[in-house]
Amino acid sequence: MAHHNPWPDEGNTGHIWDEDLRELDNPPPLWWMLSFYAGFVMIIFYALYYPTIPLEHSHTKGLAGWTQVGEYHEDYKVLKDWRKKKFADQEEKLAALSVDQILKDKDLTTYAVKTSKMLFGDYCAACHGAGGQGNPDFPVLADDDWLWGGKPAQIQATITNGRIGNMPARGMMGNLTDEDINHVADYVIALSNGKGNDPSVAAGKAVYTKGMCFACHGPAGKPLAPAGAANLTDHIWRFAGDKDDVIRTIKYGVNVKKNGELIAHTRNAVMPAFKERLPNPEVNIKRLAVYVYSLGGGQ
Amino acid sequence: MSDVQKEMKSNDSNHMASLLDEMNTSNKNLQNIGVELLTVHTEGTVHAKRISGKFRNVKWIVMALWSIFFLSPYLRWDGNQAILFDLADRQFHIFWVTILPQDIWMLAMILLFFALLLAATTAVAGRLWCGYACFHTVWMDAFTWIEEKFEGQPNKRIALDNEPVSFKKIRTKFPKWVAWAAIGFLTGFSFVAYFDPAFDLWYRLFKFEWTFTETSIILGLGAATVFFAGFLREQVCIGFCPYARIQGAMIDTETVVPTYDVDRGEPRGRMRRAKPGEEAPQLGDCIDCNLCVAVCPTGVDIRKGQQFGCITCGLCIDACDSVMEKIKKPIGLIRYASLAEFAGKPFVPLFKRPRVLVYTGIMTFAAAMLVWGLLTMSPIDIKVLHERAPLFVQMSDGTIQNKYYAKVVNKTDKPMNAKITVTGPKSLMYIVDKELHVIPGEVGTAEILVRIPTQDLKEINTPIEIHVQDMDKPAIKADYDSMFIGPRPR
Repeated sequence: MAHHNPWPDEGNTGHIWDEDLRELDNPPPLWWMLSFYAGFVMIIFYALYYPTIPLEHSHTKGLAGWTQVGEYHEDYKVLKDWRKKKFADQEEKLAALSVDQILKDKDLTTYAVKTSKMLFGDYCAACHGAGGQGNPDFPVLADDDWLWGGKPAQIQATITNGRIGNMPARGMMGNLTDEDINHVADYVIALSNGKGNDPSVAAGKAVYTKGMCFACHGPAGKPLAPAGAANLTDHIWRFAGDKDDVIRTIKYGVNVKKNGELIAHTRNAVMPAFKERLPNPEVNIKRLAVYVYSLGGGQ
Repeated sequence: MSDVQKEMKSNDSNHMASLLDEMNTSNKNLQNIGVELLTVHTEGTVHAKRISGKFRNVKWIVMALWSIFFLSPYLRWDGNQAILFDLADRQFHIFWVTILPQDIWMLAMILLFFALLLAATTAVAGRLWCGYACFHTVWMDAFTWIEEKFEGQPNKRIALDNEPVSFKKIRTKFPKWVAWAAIGFLTGFSFVAYFDPAFDLWYRLFKFEWTFTETSIILGLGAATVFFAGFLREQVCIGFCPYARIQGAMIDTETVVPTYDVDRGEPRGRMRRAKPGEEAPQLGDCIDCNLCVAVCPTGVDIRKGQQFGCITCGLCIDACDSVMEKIKKPIGLIRYASLAEFAGKPFVPLFKRPRVLVYTGIMTFAAAMLVWGLLTMSPIDIKVLHERAPLFVQMSDGTIQNKYYAKVVNKTDKPMNAKITVTGPKSLMYIVDKELHVIPGEVGTAEILVRIPTQDLKEINTPIEIHVQDMDKPAIKADYDSMFIGPRPR
């Protein structure tokens, strides 16, 4: 920057580079100044009209009484009303028909499935996973194995009232020793692989009878009716299928309580009732039943 | 910078000596470092003289081709508009071809082809696009032709422009503005007529039933046409147009462009008879009549050499040739020539120039892809989406189940009943939830459940193939390769 100023009269700021490159002190154009002042007027209007100034516990409310969340609610109401009107027919049918009847109507099924995705995400996916893919200790809904029955009405009942799993520790009478449990675990794993009659697991087969496991799981490992007991002959495990896991389930049971408290290591298997949890349960339970049924394994 | 500093700097950088080292760079304007500044016309609108000739005729012929733009919306094919870009239904109709969004990649090929055509022609003969074909220069030419009909020769128009605003001035100019507005309106209208059926658009014009979008596009484009071609004119070519700048960068020493033959023309001067006793001055062929500048639509002086204001329209060649004929000298003082030619280098054939080869190579590729695309365009299209949550499910009988959504596009003009089948490992079973009834131009979605026994899955991924076939016309079918995903085999 030069210290002498060879152009003292042209109104430059005295900032001169490279001998002749200089900064002039011209006033801004009129149009620019006018919009600048207009900006000030706008700020005053803005400060009065909208919520602007933060106070100790609140803020100025503004002449318009406008809030961002208020505008959101208004817009959302418009959308909600539009949806209500647009899908009134389908909603009416969902309310009037049973789950079986809904499933017979392809278009209505598609509607129910599409409108269930968000509900399922909010209320079911935390345990059952997105798309019913299941989580460790929580049942997969996309497969064809049903503890409490996979017919539409049964699914509806499960969602409405919830389910509580129940399996005593150490057999029906609580009389199985650790050695018994070891044998019966081998037998149960063999059952799953279709080798229940293998001579190597004959000891376990005897324990199966001794522990009265057949009372719930059926004489051949297959429950006679869906009532919460797992089918032991298929490839699907309610809890994990490694031998240690199977031993734990038999040893400590499912939801086994002592003095009103769950005992240590017992399996916890509770599905809450959704008739009080869901919004608009009459329709939404049916909607979710259709969705769960359509996940890939409905009976 | 003091002299000492400068000394140090030049010592530091003497391993990379440059032109700047030997120069006084203290005042760094372009003239001092050897750049010749070419003048740009800055004194108001250029009013170019119109003159007939060879290149003028070429320009008329290319201009006439632009009438296709105005007329083709009225062509019919099979009772419908032959060229219609139906955005609402996402269908492009071009004569017998219907292009759906799935085939839009062909548009990229068309764009690639024309972008490279621009590059190739520029490498061969300069800004051919600008000079003869560009919509801006063509419309500008039409607009100035109208202006001349209403307001007379350039000198009259310049005088009129310089008059103060008066009722008489406006009255003289008014008919021209009306004619311009009419062309502008037709331009906007014809553009929109490629997207909305043309006859219907006329019909709805007279019933005042245009939508806001139609009205604003037609009027906006019309106003822009008048503003650009009528008022901004050569300023668009000189100052705005990005094409102009890239094209200027794409010419090389082999490119032929309108060039003034300096050796033959200089020293220029008026022809006059030598007075008795005086020696006749030794002059070149240029008589300095300035006709080449007067006819230039962008107001450049071609005698200063090729410059960015030059759109290589060849009108200065017409002008100069007409003068050369009058003064009985050979024509071609200004002619299409390359810098290499003036340097006495031999002409390099087109197929030996890398630029031309690369450009035409890419053009051929784009054209081949386009032809291939049009020939193999399937009347049915299938896309299969694999369900992600869950990727696979263990079923009670020991099989693994995957879920897919198949989306089938009907590209024919008849409804189709699409049947979906799946092939893969022998033990594969599948359930498709429905036979799809798809109406033309629409997409139908079917849900597929595929099951394979665990013991038949050797890898995590097993390839399967999903087929779709129109049951009404079994020749119409398509396949989609997908993956069946299972657990990690133990």
